[in-house]
Amino acid sequence: MKVAIITFPGSNCDYDLYKCVQLVGGDPEFRWHRDSSLGKVDAVMLPGGFSYGDYLRAGAIATMSPIMEAVKEFAGHGGPVLGICNGFQMLCEANLLPGALLRNNSLLFCSKEVALSVENNSTIFTELYKPERKLRMPIAHAEGNYYANEETLAQLEEEGRVMFRYIDPQGKSTDGSNPNGSANNIAGIINTRGNVMGMMPHPERAVENILGSVDGLDLFKSLLNHISASKKV
Amino acid sequence: MLSPQSRPGDPQITPELVSEHGLSPSEYQKIREILTREPSFTELGVFSAMWSEHCGYKNSKRMLKLLPTKAPWVIQGPGENAGVIDIGDDLALVFKIESHNHPSAVEPYQGAATGVGGILRDIFTMGARPIAILDSLRFGDLNSGRVRFLFSGVVQGVGDYGNCVGIPNIGGEVFFDKGYEDNPIVNAMCLGLMKRDSLIKGEAEGVGNLLVAVGTATGRDGIHGATFASEELSEDSQSSRPQVQVGDPFTEKLLLEASLELIHSGYITGIQDMGAAGITSSAAEMGGRSGNGVEINIDLVPVREPNMTPYEILLSESQERMLVVVKTGHLKKIQDILTKWELKADEIGCVTDDGLFRVTEGSRTVAAIPCLALTEGCPTYEREGKESSEIKNLRSKDLSHLKTRSSGYEEIFLDLLGSGNICSKRWLYQQYDTTVRTNTVIPPGADAGVIRLRENNKAIAATTDCNGRYVYLNPRMGTKAAVAEAARNLVSVGALPMAVTNNLNFGNPLKPEIYYQFREAVLGMSEACKLFETPVTGGNVSFYNETSGTPIYPTPVIGMVGIIDDTKYLTRPFFQESGDVILLLGNNTDELGGSEYIYVSEGLVAGEPPAVDLLAERQLQHSVLSMINQELLQSAHDLSEGGLACALAESALGNKTDPFGVDIILQDRLEPIPLFFGEAQGRILVSCAKNSSNQVLQTAKDHGVPCRLIGEVVPASNGFRIAGRTGNMELDIETMSNRFFNAIPTLMDKRKES
Repeated sequence: MKVAIITFPGSNCDYDLYKCVQLVGGDPEFRWHRDSSLGKVDAVMLPGGFSYGDYLRAGAIATMSPIMEAVKEFAGHGGPVLGICNGFQMLCEANLLPGALLRNNSLLFCSKEVALSVENNSTIFTELYKPERKLRMPIAHAEGNYYANEETLAQLEEEGRVMFRYIDPQGKSTDGSNPNGSANNIAGIINTRGNVMGMMPHPERAVENILGSVDGLDLFKSLLNHISASKKV
Repeated sequence: MLSPQSRPGDPQITPELVSEHGLSPSEYQKIREILTREPSFTELGVFSAMWSEHCGYKNSKRMLKLLPTKAPWVIQGPGENAGVIDIGDDLALVFKIESHNHPSAVEPYQGAATGVGGILRDIFTMGARPIAILDSLRFGDLNSGRVRFLFSGVVQGVGDYGNCVGIPNIGGEVFFDKGYEDNPIVNAMCLGLMKRDSLIKGEAEGVGNLLVAVGTATGRDGIHGATFASEELSEDSQSSRPQVQVGDPFTEKLLLEASLELIHSGYITGIQDMGAAGITSSAAEMGGRSGNGVEINIDLVPVREPNMTPYEILLSESQERMLVVVKTGHLKKIQDILTKWELKADEIGCVTDDGLFRVTEGSRTVAAIPCLALTEGCPTYEREGKESSEIKNLRSKDLSHLKTRSSGYEEIFLDLLGSGNICSKRWLYQQYDTTVRTNTVIPPGADAGVIRLRENNKAIAATTDCNGRYVYLNPRMGTKAAVAEAARNLVSVGALPMAVTNNLNFGNPLKPEIYYQFREAVLGMSEACKLFETPVTGGNVSFYNETSGTPIYPTPVIGMVGIIDDTKYLTRPFFQESGDVILLLGNNTDELGGSEYIYVSEGLVAGEPPAVDLLAERQLQHSVLSMINQELLQSAHDLSEGGLACALAESALGNKTDPFGVDIILQDRLEPIPLFFGEAQGRILVSCAKNSSNQVLQTAKDHGVPCRLIGEVVPASNGFRIAGRTGNMELDIETMSNRFFNAIPTLMDKRKES
């Protein structure tokens, strides 16, 4: 699996993603935001960080980078695109995903481990997760409060496009377990076609026991499996 | 020596102007002797900044020479941007702590943010990639609205800057006491990692090489910040707001990546942050260290505002700027690297062979001063020191009546668990990204933070410590306690203490009672660091921490780093399993002086602080490391504020989600109060599987460390029970947990009132 990891000025999780893709046996390559072509790759990942300092709005300026045209084209042809944290914000700003990420309702940066439910395990990013599996992984953001209008939310729910939800230790999505005020406790969503996913939690930070959790591993392995399988066909 | 011409519009130099520049008449006389003429106005500004306490260490340098600075593993001691130690496998660890107290008292968010920015630059200009941040903070009482404003601003400033650059915060400390009401302490420490041979220094090597300014353009912000930091705060300090710089962490991130690329390119010979005193100090220090001179053409310095004078340009402290020495003929190559990172690089001068710090404007020379006169030539003083009789009286106060209390231990225990100095600090560190870079293996909330090294499976532990009350009551003993606590914190996670960076926060050194505290503190630190073999590789002195004449508690913060040989030895402070046994290393005593107990129960800061036996501390460190290396321990936790009862509570409550209870029996012939809450030094609490307890006891015995079994870890539903000979405590875990975890959030929710 050849993965293009896009580095924007201000990206700071690009190297973490690189290590993580290597760990699951993929073949990561950095792309600079000024590149206009992705080259021949099987997947694209937009890392976390503060592209352009998150000035204006988180992820907004990054969408003007030359590489984003290539990312849109890649996604348009059905190529898998994963955006994490700042990457999720970019995907929304680029209209590859619906909705927006507002400032956390606490108005404070929030860095902690959260519990997540897997809401849909029949996508290329989640097929290795059992439906009842509860995940633990870190979040670290100031603008992760997912917002979409009622109509969009209803559509996301109806079409099974909510991927992860913040839950409490008992597995319920409650206000108390919602770290940022996201609508319907949404932590991640996918597009209609099922090839572009964005999420605020950091699966790449939950891939080794020594880091406290390995619950992010299956996400990357799912994608790897999918790509290897589609190559065999 | 070519005399500089005066510029039209320069004010006349008068004794008043000299005094406004923080220079004494005798210092001005010395300047005239060095120059063999009167200085120009621009030169006066340059001397004022370079001879300020902040840059010149004039009141501290002589004492600092008493600190141990050498060891076989020390690659770079004091005098550079940061200290460097060898950690094996061709790797080096770079680390330093620095204060931003004055700016944070005036503008907490930007003051703290730029403090983090400055310390990051000190690390990456050595050629190292920053891997962790720690912050050591002191504030007044959180019941005050102003203190809450300072506290939340500082925490957000520290957080936002580090989060944006993407460096995990792994720990530190925060302490609340009325003694810091108007003058908070904001110290930030940074650790960086590099290959040994990537080390680069802040030296202007190679006559003819180019001086290049990198990063943002120079504006009028922060002019004379170094001088500002060398004065007491007063009512007027609010009007100093323009002297506080504004940070841009995004540019910092670009500078970080670009600087590391520049250093690895081989096209540059030296690099330094334009920190305090901006272009002046970076150029003069780089010239001074190499023995060369530097020439700056002021017209070439990129500026943000029109009509800036040489004086303003030289003394501006605009953030996110670096001075780079580029090998002749390689300017284009380094510009290409910087352009990629959307940064600018402008040639502003060159390295010369005449040893002068020379500044030209058009055809006019506006300053020509020997570099060494600005750096090494800064006058140093040893001041008169005398202990304050008021503090002496406080120390000798009889506290024996506070040792007895027939009941109500639970109530006071809960008050202690909810006190700002003992309760959980989650409210803070949840605002810090602690997991970015995916190497944090012990995040904030433990005795020390730990970063694993992917390169060799070792790990680096770091901590900051200082109980300012102890130092206030007895500066020498209190400082030994700070060093000892830092070392205990490191061994508790399994690390061998290696070296120290210090941040000496004191009041006005011209006052004999302050200088006494400073001298005693340095002597105590020197003794402890020598015995623990943890040399001091650098740090920072922050004097004049006074508001309207009232000084802070003397606060010599110890930043200590250690190495864990293999990540399998990582040890955490939290109990792991019911049925494990709990052992206490070290002796309980009836000391109560300077304790959190008498502060919380009586509002008192008095008495003799707990005595430190450095040899016993060292034995204790070695015994705990030996237990950890035999893989005997399930947990280890240092005893500090709040004593044995609070340490047991911290180990039991853990991360909140999976708490345990304890069942403890203590046979000491001590009153319950000092037994439960006394802060006797040299103690560590450990837990282990039942069948390992004999080996633990034997290991302690082999090291000559008192050790005994005091109880057992039990399920949380069994509660928290401590039985002494003449008093007991019994509490349920949920009540304790609520007090411990909700204390700061509850206070901060009051934000909108008062």
